[in-house]
Amino acid sequence: MPDIWSLYSEKVMEHFKNPRNVGEIENPDGVGHVGNPICGDIMELYIKVKDDIIVDAKFRTFGCGAAIATSSMVTEIVKGKSIEEALKISNKAVVEALDGLPAVKMHCSVLAEEALKSAIEDYLERKKLKK
Amino acid sequence: MRRIYLDHAATTATHPEVVKAMLPFFTDVFSNPSSIHSYGREAKGAVEEARTKVAELIGARSEEIIFTSGGTEADNFALKGVAYANEHKRNHIITTSIEHHAVLEVCKFLGRKGFRITYLPVDKYGLVDPDDVKKAITDKTILISVMHANNEVGTVEPVEEIGKIAREARVYFHTDAVQTVGHIPVNVRQLKVDLLSISGHKLYGPKGAGALYVRKGTRLVSLIHGGAQEKRRRAGTENVPAIVGLGRTVELAGQEIGKEAERLTYLRDRLIKGLVEKIDHIHLNGHPAKRLPNNVNVSIDFVEGESMLLNLDLEGICASTGSACSSASLEPSHVLLALGLPAEQAQGSLRFTLGRENTEADVERVLEVLPGIVAKLRAMSPLWKTQK
Repeated sequence: MPDIWSLYSEKVMEHFKNPRNVGEIENPDGVGHVGNPICGDIMELYIKVKDDIIVDAKFRTFGCGAAIATSSMVTEIVKGKSIEEALKISNKAVVEALDGLPAVKMHCSVLAEEALKSAIEDYLERKKLKK
Repeated sequence: MRRIYLDHAATTATHPEVVKAMLPFFTDVFSNPSSIHSYGREAKGAVEEARTKVAELIGARSEEIIFTSGGTEADNFALKGVAYANEHKRNHIITTSIEHHAVLEVCKFLGRKGFRITYLPVDKYGLVDPDDVKKAITDKTILISVMHANNEVGTVEPVEEIGKIAREARVYFHTDAVQTVGHIPVNVRQLKVDLLSISGHKLYGPKGAGALYVRKGTRLVSLIHGGAQEKRRRAGTENVPAIVGLGRTVELAGQEIGKEAERLTYLRDRLIKGLVEKIDHIHLNGHPAKRLPNNVNVSIDFVEGESMLLNLDLEGICASTGSACSSASLEPSHVLLALGLPAEQAQGSLRFTLGRENTEADVERVLEVLPGIVAKLRAMSPLWKTQK
Protein backbone atom coordinates (compact mmCIF):
# COMPACT_ATOMS: atom_id res chain seq x y z
CA MET A 1 0.00 0.00 0.00
CA PRO A 2 1.41 3.39 -0.93
CA ASP A 3 2.00 5.79 1.90
CA ILE A 4 -0.79 8.16 0.93
CA TRP A 5 -2.11 8.73 4.41
CA SER A 6 0.94 10.58 5.56
CA LEU A 7 0.32 12.84 2.57
CA TYR A 8 -3.17 13.72 3.73
CA SER A 9 -3.01 17.23 5.17
CA GLU A 10 -4.31 18.01 8.62
CA LYS A 11 -7.22 19.79 6.97
CA VAL A 12 -8.14 16.67 4.99
CA MET A 13 -7.98 14.55 8.13
CA GLU A 14 -10.01 17.09 10.04
CA HIS A 15 -12.78 17.04 7.42
CA PHE A 16 -12.54 13.26 7.22
CA LYS A 17 -12.95 12.90 10.98
CA ASN A 18 -15.67 15.53 11.28
CA PRO A 19 -17.33 15.84 7.91
CA ARG A 20 -19.61 18.87 7.56
CA ASN A 21 -23.08 18.79 6.05
CA VAL A 22 -23.60 15.04 5.93
CA GLY A 23 -27.06 13.90 4.91
CA GLU A 24 -29.72 15.03 2.53
CA ILE A 25 -31.97 18.05 2.21
CA GLU A 26 -35.70 17.50 2.27
CA ASN A 27 -37.28 18.94 -0.86
CA PRO A 28 -33.97 19.97 -2.40
CA ASP A 29 -33.82 22.37 -5.32
CA GLY A 30 -31.08 20.39 -6.99
CA VAL A 31 -29.45 16.95 -6.61
CA GLY A 32 -26.24 15.70 -8.20
CA HIS A 33 -25.25 12.01 -8.44
CA VAL A 34 -21.77 11.17 -9.72
CA GLY A 35 -19.27 8.32 -9.68
CA ASN A 36 -19.59 4.56 -9.65
CA PRO A 37 -18.45 1.78 -7.34
CA ILE A 38 -15.90 0.50 -9.85
CA CYS A 39 -13.70 3.55 -9.52
CA GLY A 40 -14.47 3.48 -5.83
CA ASP A 41 -16.34 6.70 -5.18
CA ILE A 42 -19.99 7.70 -5.33
CA MET A 43 -21.14 11.18 -4.35
CA GLU A 44 -24.58 12.65 -3.90
CA LEU A 45 -24.88 16.39 -3.42
CA TYR A 46 -28.07 18.27 -2.46
CA ILE A 47 -28.58 22.02 -2.70
CA LYS A 48 -31.24 24.42 -1.47
CA VAL A 49 -31.45 27.64 -3.48
CA LYS A 50 -33.15 30.91 -2.57
CA ASP A 51 -33.10 33.95 -4.91
CA ASP A 52 -30.29 32.32 -6.90
CA ILE A 53 -28.17 31.93 -3.76
CA ILE A 54 -27.23 28.44 -2.49
CA VAL A 55 -28.44 28.62 1.09
CA ASP A 56 -27.75 25.03 2.06
CA ALA A 57 -25.76 22.04 0.77
CA LYS A 58 -25.49 18.47 2.01
CA PHE A 59 -23.78 15.32 0.79
CA ARG A 60 -23.57 11.56 1.02
CA THR A 61 -20.41 9.84 -0.14
CA PHE A 62 -19.22 6.26 -0.54
CA GLY A 63 -15.47 6.52 -0.86
CA CYS A 64 -12.04 6.99 0.60
CA GLY A 65 -10.80 9.62 3.02
CA ALA A 66 -10.11 12.11 0.24
CA ALA A 67 -13.56 11.60 -1.28
CA ILE A 68 -15.23 12.29 2.06
CA ALA A 69 -13.04 15.33 2.77
CA THR A 70 -13.57 16.87 -0.67
CA SER A 71 -17.34 16.33 -0.42
CA SER A 72 -17.37 17.99 2.97
CA MET A 73 -15.26 20.90 1.76
CA VAL A 74 -17.23 21.56 -1.41
CA THR A 75 -20.47 21.81 0.57
CA GLU A 76 -18.77 24.31 2.89
CA ILE A 77 -17.42 26.44 0.04
CA VAL A 78 -20.65 26.55 -1.91
CA LYS A 79 -22.92 27.77 0.86
CA GLY A 80 -23.82 31.44 0.41
CA LYS A 81 -22.57 31.53 -3.18
CA SER A 82 -24.73 32.61 -6.10
CA ILE A 83 -25.38 30.03 -8.82
CA GLU A 84 -23.08 31.93 -11.14
CA GLU A 85 -20.28 31.93 -8.54
CA ALA A 86 -20.87 28.29 -7.64
CA LEU A 87 -20.49 27.21 -11.27
CA LYS A 88 -16.99 28.69 -11.22
CA ILE A 89 -15.84 26.58 -8.25
CA SER A 90 -13.21 24.24 -9.63
CA ASN A 91 -11.68 21.11 -8.16
CA LYS A 92 -8.53 23.19 -7.68
CA ALA A 93 -10.34 25.51 -5.29
CA VAL A 94 -11.47 22.51 -3.24
CA VAL A 95 -7.94 21.09 -3.17
CA GLU A 96 -6.48 24.44 -2.12
CA ALA A 97 -9.04 24.81 0.65
CA LEU A 98 -7.95 21.39 1.93
CA ASP A 99 -4.24 22.37 1.85
CA GLY A 100 -3.62 19.94 -0.99
CA LEU A 101 -4.29 16.30 -1.87
CA PRO A 102 -1.93 13.46 -2.82
CA ALA A 103 -1.54 13.18 -6.61
CA VAL A 104 -3.32 9.81 -6.75
CA LYS A 105 -6.31 11.38 -5.00
CA MET A 106 -6.82 14.35 -7.33
CA HIS A 107 -9.67 12.54 -9.08
CA CYS A 108 -11.67 12.76 -5.83
CA SER A 109 -11.65 16.55 -6.07
CA VAL A 110 -12.75 16.32 -9.70
CA LEU A 111 -15.65 14.16 -8.56
CA ALA A 112 -16.60 16.77 -5.96
CA GLU A 113 -16.62 19.47 -8.63
CA GLU A 114 -18.71 17.26 -10.89
CA ALA A 115 -21.17 16.52 -8.08
CA LEU A 116 -21.66 20.24 -7.52
CA LYS A 117 -22.05 20.97 -11.25
CA SER A 118 -24.51 18.12 -11.56
CA ALA A 119 -26.60 19.47 -8.66
CA ILE A 120 -26.64 22.96 -10.17
CA GLU A 121 -27.59 21.60 -13.60
CA ASP A 122 -30.44 19.73 -11.93
CA TYR A 123 -31.52 22.97 -10.25
CA LEU A 124 -31.44 24.90 -13.54
CA GLU A 125 -33.33 22.13 -15.27
CA ARG A 126 -36.07 22.16 -12.62
CA LYS A 127 -36.26 25.95 -12.82
CA LYS A 128 -36.79 25.77 -16.59
CA LEU A 129 -39.59 23.25 -16.16
CA LYS A 130 -41.35 25.45 -13.62
CA LYS A 131 -41.49 28.38 -16.04
CA MET B 1 -2.44 4.82 22.42
CA ARG B 2 -1.64 1.11 22.26
CA ARG B 3 -1.02 0.06 18.69
CA ILE B 4 -2.65 -3.14 17.53
CA TYR B 5 -0.87 -4.54 14.53
CA LEU B 6 -3.09 -6.79 12.43
CA ASP B 7 -1.22 -6.71 9.14
CA HIS B 8 1.15 -9.66 9.50
CA ALA B 9 0.57 -10.82 5.92
CA ALA B 10 2.21 -7.56 4.85
CA THR B 11 5.20 -7.96 7.10
CA THR B 12 6.18 -8.89 10.64
CA ALA B 13 8.49 -7.51 13.31
CA THR B 14 11.81 -9.31 13.36
CA HIS B 15 11.95 -11.72 16.30
CA PRO B 16 14.43 -10.49 18.96
CA GLU B 17 16.14 -13.89 18.87
CA VAL B 18 16.63 -13.46 15.13
CA VAL B 19 18.12 -10.00 15.55
CA LYS B 20 20.44 -11.42 18.20
CA ALA B 21 21.58 -14.16 15.82
CA MET B 22 22.18 -11.65 13.01
CA LEU B 23 24.13 -8.97 14.87
CA PRO B 24 27.57 -10.63 15.05
CA PHE B 25 27.54 -10.99 11.26
CA PHE B 26 27.51 -7.25 10.72
CA THR B 27 30.61 -6.63 12.82
CA ASP B 28 32.57 -9.57 14.24
CA VAL B 29 32.07 -12.00 11.39
CA PHE B 30 31.78 -9.48 8.57
CA SER B 31 33.93 -11.59 6.26
CA ASN B 32 33.09 -12.66 2.74
CA PRO B 33 32.03 -16.33 2.65
CA SER B 34 34.07 -16.72 -0.56
CA SER B 35 37.31 -15.78 1.21
CA ILE B 36 39.67 -18.65 1.86
CA HIS B 37 40.95 -17.44 5.24
CA SER B 38 39.48 -18.65 8.50
CA TYR B 39 37.31 -15.56 8.81
CA GLY B 40 35.74 -16.30 5.46
CA ARG B 41 35.25 -19.92 6.33
CA GLU B 42 33.42 -18.89 9.48
CA ALA B 43 30.92 -16.85 7.46
CA LYS B 44 30.60 -19.65 4.91
CA GLY B 45 29.85 -22.08 7.73
CA ALA B 46 27.07 -19.82 9.04
CA VAL B 47 25.51 -19.57 5.57
CA GLU B 48 25.57 -23.35 5.15
CA GLU B 49 24.10 -23.88 8.61
CA ALA B 50 21.22 -21.56 7.69
CA ARG B 51 20.73 -23.48 4.45
CA THR B 52 20.41 -26.74 6.36
CA LYS B 53 17.82 -25.20 8.68
CA VAL B 54 15.70 -23.94 5.78
CA ALA B 55 15.96 -27.32 4.06
CA GLU B 56 14.96 -29.15 7.24
CA LEU B 57 11.81 -27.10 7.75
CA ILE B 58 10.45 -28.00 4.30
CA GLY B 59 11.79 -31.53 3.98
CA ALA B 60 14.38 -30.67 1.34
CA ARG B 61 18.11 -31.34 1.01
CA SER B 62 20.34 -28.38 1.76
CA GLU B 63 21.81 -28.36 -1.76
CA GLU B 64 18.29 -27.74 -3.07
CA ILE B 65 18.05 -24.34 -1.33
CA ILE B 66 19.15 -21.14 -3.09
CA PHE B 67 19.15 -17.95 -1.07
CA THR B 68 17.52 -14.92 -2.67
CA SER B 69 16.68 -11.36 -1.68
CA GLY B 70 13.13 -12.43 -0.81
CA GLY B 71 9.90 -13.90 -2.09
CA THR B 72 9.67 -11.70 -5.17
CA GLU B 73 13.11 -12.71 -6.40
CA ALA B 74 12.36 -16.36 -5.66
CA ASP B 75 9.18 -16.15 -7.77
CA ASN B 76 10.97 -14.33 -10.59
CA PHE B 77 13.79 -16.85 -10.51
CA ALA B 78 11.46 -19.86 -10.57
CA LEU B 79 9.31 -18.63 -13.44
CA LYS B 80 11.83 -16.91 -15.68
CA GLY B 81 14.53 -19.43 -14.81
CA VAL B 82 12.49 -22.45 -15.87
CA ALA B 83 10.81 -20.69 -18.80
CA TYR B 84 14.11 -19.62 -20.37
CA ALA B 85 15.81 -22.95 -19.68
CA ASN B 86 13.12 -24.68 -21.72
CA GLU B 87 12.01 -22.11 -24.27
CA HIS B 88 13.42 -23.93 -27.28
CA LYS B 89 11.28 -26.95 -26.62
CA ARG B 90 8.08 -25.65 -25.03
CA ASN B 91 6.40 -22.31 -24.43
CA HIS B 92 3.31 -22.74 -22.23
CA ILE B 93 2.89 -21.76 -18.57
CA ILE B 94 -0.17 -22.38 -16.39
CA THR B 95 -0.94 -20.17 -13.41
CA THR B 96 -3.98 -18.76 -11.61
CA SER B 97 -5.80 -15.46 -11.59
CA ILE B 98 -5.19 -14.95 -7.84
CA GLU B 99 -1.40 -15.19 -7.68
CA HIS B 100 0.68 -12.54 -5.97
CA HIS B 101 1.93 -9.80 -8.30
CA ALA B 102 5.40 -11.32 -8.01
CA VAL B 103 4.06 -14.23 -10.08
CA LEU B 104 1.36 -12.52 -12.15
CA GLU B 105 3.56 -9.69 -13.38
CA VAL B 106 6.32 -12.17 -14.30
CA CYS B 107 3.76 -14.16 -16.29
CA LYS B 108 2.61 -11.00 -18.06
CA PHE B 109 6.23 -10.21 -18.87
CA LEU B 110 6.82 -13.72 -20.21
CA GLY B 111 3.58 -13.37 -22.18
CA ARG B 112 5.01 -10.29 -23.90
CA LYS B 113 8.19 -12.26 -24.63
CA GLY B 114 6.25 -14.89 -26.59
CA PHE B 115 5.29 -17.44 -23.96
CA ARG B 116 1.67 -18.55 -23.82
CA ILE B 117 0.13 -18.12 -20.38
CA THR B 118 -3.06 -19.75 -19.08
CA TYR B 119 -4.62 -17.97 -16.12
CA LEU B 120 -6.93 -20.42 -14.37
CA PRO B 121 -10.09 -19.17 -12.68
CA VAL B 122 -10.98 -19.91 -9.05
CA ASP B 123 -14.30 -20.64 -7.35
CA LYS B 124 -16.07 -18.24 -4.99
CA TYR B 125 -13.79 -19.32 -2.12
CA GLY B 126 -10.65 -18.75 -4.16
CA LEU B 127 -9.97 -22.45 -4.72
CA VAL B 128 -8.30 -23.67 -7.89
CA ASP B 129 -9.82 -26.85 -9.33
CA PRO B 130 -7.04 -29.44 -9.92
CA ASP B 131 -9.13 -30.73 -12.84
CA ASP B 132 -8.78 -27.34 -14.52
CA VAL B 133 -5.02 -27.66 -14.15
CA LYS B 134 -5.09 -31.11 -15.70
CA LYS B 135 -7.19 -29.95 -18.65
CA ALA B 136 -4.96 -26.94 -19.28
CA ILE B 137 -1.80 -29.04 -19.71
CA THR B 138 -0.62 -29.47 -23.31
CA ASP B 139 2.52 -31.00 -24.81
CA LYS B 140 3.92 -27.45 -24.83
CA THR B 141 3.49 -26.86 -21.09
CA ILE B 142 6.75 -26.08 -19.27
CA LEU B 143 5.58 -25.02 -15.86
CA ILE B 144 2.60 -24.79 -13.52
CA SER B 145 2.67 -22.12 -10.81
CA VAL B 146 -0.05 -22.19 -8.14
CA MET B 147 0.38 -20.42 -4.81
CA HIS B 148 0.20 -22.51 -1.63
CA ALA B 149 -2.06 -20.02 0.14
CA ASN B 150 -3.43 -16.72 -1.00
CA ASN B 151 -2.04 -13.64 0.73
CA GLU B 152 -5.28 -11.65 0.58
CA VAL B 153 -8.08 -14.08 1.38
CA GLY B 154 -6.04 -16.82 3.04
CA THR B 155 -7.41 -19.72 1.00
CA VAL B 156 -5.09 -22.74 1.07
CA GLU B 157 -4.91 -24.31 -2.39
CA PRO B 158 -4.95 -28.06 -3.18
CA VAL B 159 -1.26 -27.96 -4.01
CA GLU B 160 -0.62 -31.63 -3.25
CA GLU B 161 -3.22 -32.74 -5.77
CA ILE B 162 -1.87 -30.35 -8.37
CA GLY B 163 1.64 -31.60 -7.61
CA LYS B 164 0.57 -35.14 -8.40
CA ILE B 165 -0.97 -34.04 -11.70
CA ALA B 166 2.14 -32.07 -12.64
CA ARG B 167 4.48 -34.94 -11.80
CA GLU B 168 2.42 -37.41 -13.84
CA ALA B 169 2.42 -35.01 -16.80
CA ARG B 170 6.17 -34.37 -16.34
CA VAL B 171 5.61 -30.64 -16.07
CA TYR B 172 7.57 -28.52 -13.60
CA PHE B 173 5.53 -27.29 -10.66
CA HIS B 174 6.24 -24.11 -8.67
CA THR B 175 4.40 -22.90 -5.61
CA ASP B 176 4.68 -19.51 -3.93
CA ALA B 177 4.70 -20.58 -0.29
CA VAL B 178 5.54 -17.17 1.15
CA GLN B 179 2.37 -17.19 3.27
CA THR B 180 2.64 -20.80 4.45
CA VAL B 181 6.23 -21.81 5.21
CA GLY B 182 6.64 -21.70 8.98
CA HIS B 183 2.93 -21.01 9.48
CA ILE B 184 1.49 -24.38 8.47
CA PRO B 185 3.36 -27.62 7.69
CA VAL B 186 5.07 -27.55 4.31
CA ASN B 187 6.91 -30.55 2.91
CA VAL B 188 8.23 -30.38 -0.63
CA ARG B 189 8.20 -34.16 -1.13
CA GLN B 190 4.61 -34.47 0.02
CA LEU B 191 3.48 -31.50 -2.07
CA LYS B 192 5.42 -32.82 -5.09
CA VAL B 193 6.72 -29.41 -6.01
CA ASP B 194 9.86 -28.76 -8.04
CA LEU B 195 10.20 -25.14 -6.98
CA LEU B 196 8.99 -23.34 -3.87
CA SER B 197 9.38 -19.70 -2.85
CA ILE B 198 10.11 -18.64 0.73
CA SER B 199 10.26 -15.20 2.34
CA GLY B 200 11.80 -14.32 5.70
CA HIS B 201 9.97 -11.17 6.69
CA LYS B 202 6.50 -12.75 6.67
CA LEU B 203 7.75 -15.03 9.41
CA TYR B 204 9.43 -12.71 11.94
CA GLY B 205 12.63 -12.78 9.93
CA PRO B 206 14.51 -9.91 8.30
CA LYS B 207 13.43 -8.21 5.08
CA GLY B 208 15.73 -8.88 2.14
CA ALA B 209 16.01 -12.59 2.94
CA GLY B 210 14.31 -15.38 1.07
CA ALA B 211 14.97 -18.65 -0.65
CA LEU B 212 13.97 -20.75 -3.59
CA TYR B 213 13.76 -24.51 -3.24
CA VAL B 214 14.85 -26.12 -6.49
CA ARG B 215 14.38 -29.87 -6.67
CA LYS B 216 17.52 -31.71 -7.72
CA GLY B 217 17.56 -32.08 -11.50
CA THR B 218 15.37 -29.05 -12.23
CA ARG B 219 16.88 -26.99 -15.01
CA LEU B 220 16.74 -23.23 -14.67
CA VAL B 221 18.80 -20.33 -15.94
CA SER B 222 20.20 -17.70 -13.61
CA LEU B 223 18.81 -14.20 -13.36
CA ILE B 224 21.85 -12.66 -11.69
CA HIS B 225 25.23 -13.35 -13.25
CA GLY B 226 28.60 -12.71 -11.67
CA GLY B 227 30.56 -14.68 -9.10
CA ALA B 228 30.24 -18.35 -8.35
CA GLN B 229 28.05 -17.98 -5.26
CA GLU B 230 25.10 -20.33 -4.67
CA LYS B 231 26.66 -22.93 -7.02
CA ARG B 232 26.70 -20.36 -9.85
CA ARG B 233 22.94 -20.04 -9.75
CA ARG B 234 22.69 -16.68 -7.98
CA ALA B 235 25.71 -14.42 -8.08
CA GLY B 236 26.62 -11.72 -5.58
CA THR B 237 28.26 -11.73 -2.18
CA GLU B 238 25.88 -13.45 0.22
CA ASN B 239 23.83 -11.23 2.52
CA VAL B 240 25.26 -13.15 5.48
CA PRO B 241 23.38 -11.42 8.32
CA ALA B 242 20.05 -11.81 6.49
CA ILE B 243 20.75 -15.45 5.62
CA VAL B 244 21.74 -16.23 9.22
CA GLY B 245 18.58 -14.42 10.31
CA LEU B 246 16.47 -16.50 7.93
CA GLY B 247 18.04 -19.66 9.34
CA ARG B 248 17.19 -18.68 12.90
CA THR B 249 13.71 -17.60 11.76
CA VAL B 250 12.79 -20.96 10.30
CA GLU B 251 14.31 -22.73 13.27
CA LEU B 252 12.06 -20.79 15.67
CA ALA B 253 9.05 -21.23 13.40
CA GLY B 254 9.63 -24.99 13.29
CA GLN B 255 9.55 -25.13 17.09
CA GLU B 256 6.31 -23.17 17.42
CA ILE B 257 4.42 -24.12 14.27
CA GLY B 258 1.61 -26.38 15.56
CA LYS B 259 0.93 -24.56 18.81
CA GLU B 260 0.96 -21.11 17.26
CA ALA B 261 -1.28 -22.14 14.36
CA GLU B 262 -3.79 -23.48 16.86
CA ARG B 263 -3.71 -20.27 18.91
CA LEU B 264 -4.11 -18.07 15.85
CA THR B 265 -6.93 -20.21 14.46
CA TYR B 266 -8.81 -19.67 17.70
CA LEU B 267 -8.30 -15.88 17.53
CA ARG B 268 -9.17 -15.87 13.83
CA ASP B 269 -12.46 -17.68 14.38
CA ARG B 270 -13.28 -15.50 17.37
CA LEU B 271 -12.79 -12.39 15.22
CA ILE B 272 -14.83 -13.74 12.30
CA LYS B 273 -17.67 -14.81 14.59
CA GLY B 274 -17.69 -11.49 16.42
CA LEU B 275 -17.69 -9.44 13.23
CA VAL B 276 -20.57 -11.40 11.75
CA GLU B 277 -22.53 -11.05 14.98
CA LYS B 278 -21.93 -7.34 15.40
CA ILE B 279 -22.13 -6.05 11.83
CA ASP B 280 -24.89 -6.84 9.37
CA HIS B 281 -24.36 -7.07 5.61
CA ILE B 282 -20.88 -8.51 6.11
CA HIS B 283 -19.33 -11.36 4.12
CA LEU B 284 -16.32 -13.55 4.79
CA ASN B 285 -13.98 -13.65 1.80
CA GLY B 286 -12.04 -16.85 1.17
CA HIS B 287 -12.70 -20.38 2.33
CA PRO B 288 -14.22 -20.86 5.80
CA ALA B 289 -12.05 -23.89 6.65
CA LYS B 290 -9.27 -24.24 4.06
CA ARG B 291 -7.79 -21.04 5.37
CA LEU B 292 -4.55 -19.70 6.82
CA PRO B 293 -4.68 -19.71 10.63
CA ASN B 294 -4.09 -15.96 10.82
CA ASN B 295 -6.26 -14.56 8.02
CA VAL B 296 -9.57 -12.74 8.36
CA ASN B 297 -10.88 -11.05 5.21
CA VAL B 298 -14.36 -9.57 5.11
CA SER B 299 -16.37 -7.33 2.84
CA ILE B 300 -18.66 -4.88 4.54
CA ASP B 301 -21.44 -3.63 2.29
CA PHE B 302 -22.10 0.07 1.56
CA VAL B 303 -18.77 1.32 2.94
CA GLU B 304 -15.37 1.76 1.34
CA GLY B 305 -12.20 0.11 2.63
CA GLU B 306 -9.77 3.00 2.85
CA SER B 307 -12.13 5.11 4.92
CA MET B 308 -12.58 2.15 7.32
CA LEU B 309 -8.80 1.68 7.45
CA LEU B 310 -8.21 5.36 8.20
CA ASN B 311 -10.73 5.25 11.03
CA LEU B 312 -9.17 2.06 12.42
CA ASP B 313 -5.76 3.69 12.18
CA LEU B 314 -7.04 6.63 14.23
CA GLU B 315 -7.85 4.02 16.90
CA GLY B 316 -4.37 2.51 16.63
CA ILE B 317 -5.47 -0.56 14.68
CA CYS B 318 -3.41 -1.49 11.59
CA ALA B 319 -5.23 -3.53 8.94
CA SER B 320 -5.37 -3.61 5.13
CA THR B 321 -7.91 -3.46 2.31
CA GLY B 322 -8.40 -4.54 -1.29
CA SER B 323 -10.09 -1.26 -2.15
CA ALA B 324 -9.06 0.59 -5.29
CA CYS B 325 -8.76 3.80 -3.30
CA SER B 326 -5.84 2.45 -1.35
CA SER B 327 -3.89 1.13 -4.31
CA ALA B 328 -1.66 3.15 -6.57
CA SER B 329 -3.30 1.48 -9.58
CA LEU B 330 -6.78 2.64 -8.49
CA GLU B 331 -8.14 -0.80 -9.27
CA PRO B 332 -9.81 -3.06 -6.72
CA SER B 333 -7.98 -6.23 -5.68
CA HIS B 334 -7.58 -8.69 -8.57
CA VAL B 335 -8.04 -11.52 -6.07
CA LEU B 336 -11.43 -10.34 -4.82
CA LEU B 337 -12.62 -9.74 -8.38
CA ALA B 338 -11.43 -13.24 -9.37
CA LEU B 339 -13.57 -14.65 -6.53
CA GLY B 340 -16.50 -13.04 -8.31
CA LEU B 341 -17.11 -10.22 -5.86
CA PRO B 342 -18.96 -7.22 -7.30
CA ALA B 343 -16.79 -4.09 -7.40
CA GLU B 344 -18.53 -2.44 -4.47
CA GLN B 345 -17.86 -5.44 -2.24
CA ALA B 346 -14.22 -5.50 -3.28
CA GLN B 347 -14.08 -1.81 -2.37
CA GLY B 348 -15.50 -2.60 1.05
CA SER B 349 -12.99 -5.29 1.98
CA LEU B 350 -10.89 -5.39 5.13
CA ARG B 351 -8.07 -7.80 5.90
CA PHE B 352 -6.86 -8.53 9.42
CA THR B 353 -3.84 -10.83 9.64
CA LEU B 354 -2.92 -11.96 13.13
CA GLY B 355 0.51 -12.70 14.50
CA ARG B 356 2.53 -13.82 17.49
CA GLU B 357 2.12 -10.64 19.54
CA ASN B 358 -1.68 -10.50 19.15
CA THR B 359 -3.92 -11.51 22.03
CA GLU B 360 -7.61 -12.01 22.59
CA ALA B 361 -7.75 -8.42 23.89
CA ASP B 362 -6.69 -7.19 20.43
CA VAL B 363 -9.52 -9.12 18.81
CA GLU B 364 -11.98 -7.71 21.35
CA ARG B 365 -10.73 -4.19 20.66
CA VAL B 366 -11.47 -4.57 16.92
CA LEU B 367 -14.92 -5.88 17.76
CA GLU B 368 -15.48 -2.92 20.05
CA VAL B 369 -14.35 -0.27 17.56
CA LEU B 370 -15.29 -1.46 14.07
CA PRO B 371 -19.11 -1.55 14.36
CA GLY B 372 -19.14 2.15 15.28
CA ILE B 373 -16.87 3.03 12.37
CA VAL B 374 -19.10 1.12 9.96
CA ALA B 375 -22.22 2.81 11.34
CA LYS B 376 -20.64 6.26 10.98
CA LEU B 377 -19.56 5.61 7.39
CA ARG B 378 -22.85 4.01 6.44
CA ALA B 379 -24.69 7.05 7.73
CA MET B 380 -22.92 9.07 5.05
CA SER B 381 -23.08 6.43 2.29
CA PRO B 382 -25.52 6.89 -0.58
CA LEU B 383 -25.50 3.10 -1.07
CA TRP B 384 -26.67 2.49 2.50
CA LYS B 385 -29.56 4.92 2.00
CA THR B 386 -30.72 3.04 -1.10
CA GLN B 387 -30.51 -0.21 0.85
CA LYS B 388 -32.72 1.14 3.65
